[in-house]
Amino acid sequence: MSQTASKNAVNETTPDLDRRLVLATQAGLPLHAKPYHWLASELGVDPELVMARMQAMLDSGRIRRIGVLPNHYRLGFVANGMTVWDISDDAVAEAGEQVGKLDSVSHCYRRPRHLPDWPYNLFAMVHGHNREEVMDEVEAIARLLGDRVRRYDVLFSTRILKKTGLRIGG
Amino acid sequence: MASVINSVAHVTGAPNWMDELDRRIINQLQGGFPISERPYRDAAQKLDTTENELITRIRCMLDDGLLTRFGPLFHAERMGGALSLCALKVPDDRFDEVTEAVNSFPEVAHNYQREHTMNMWFVLATETAEQLDEAIHRIEERTGLDVYNFPKQAEYYVGLNLQV
Repeated sequence: MSQTASKNAVNETTPDLDRRLVLATQAGLPLHAKPYHWLASELGVDPELVMARMQAMLDSGRIRRIGVLPNHYRLGFVANGMTVWDISDDAVAEAGEQVGKLDSVSHCYRRPRHLPDWPYNLFAMVHGHNREEVMDEVEAIARLLGDRVRRYDVLFSTRILKKTGLRIGG
Repeated sequence: MASVINSVAHVTGAPNWMDELDRRIINQLQGGFPISERPYRDAAQKLDTTENELITRIRCMLDDGLLTRFGPLFHAERMGGALSLCALKVPDDRFDEVTEAVNSFPEVAHNYQREHTMNMWFVLATETAEQLDEAIHRIEERTGLDVYNFPKQAEYYVGLNLQV
């Protein structure tokens, strides 16, 4: 297979190689002493090229980071509250930056309201060992945001219905 | 309530066989894994262990499910993909049926039940924005329910913050 792949590699464009690297690594990096060399031989390209493209994707932010992704639940963080906040549009960016820096918050995003059903525009995911711990953190966020908060709510997860992770096709 | 795929209720804490090295790997290797000829050896030096031991520990924690994955974490939108958080208000007596319908879409990456009238929250991931709109449309057709779409408008600082 590597002979055919090597021929293909001669005219390979960078976007094609990047896409093939994503497909080859989205399930994980090989657990071999030389993982990038192993990928290179799978893809039929030069190891230096693989490392250069990985570095370029990391530098441009297309790869956020390379490392372990812990399973919150298995590590005892079984309480998971999606906290949602109604913050005025002109204050939400600063509020989001502050909330995103808290240790208990794993993701923090601005998202659209759906009035009248849904007045909230700031979403922060809070993890804890139990609901009390999550609620303590929610109170800390409420204190931090002060009178910028008009309303808030906490949606605890009760079941994981599906978790396959993000995959592109191919 | 029959279609539970993963119940979280029975999990009470981190396994007690995890040792100091496992914790160091989890706490210090959530980012910054090197891009080099022997990256495990390079990372192992900082963790005060050996290349073989690091590879073994990562493999064991993956097999045991303590780690969801190990490798590059891609930024879907910057890779050209589309991603959104969506919610449904599912009537209680239709919950299992709607769960099955929604989960059958390969575009649905995660799906959680939450305590709210909007009681089903799922992440859609597609290669293009058009495919995302199309998936929402098909989920509405299939379930007869309105999908509330919450696309990300801004992403604030997100730390590497799970510490054990």
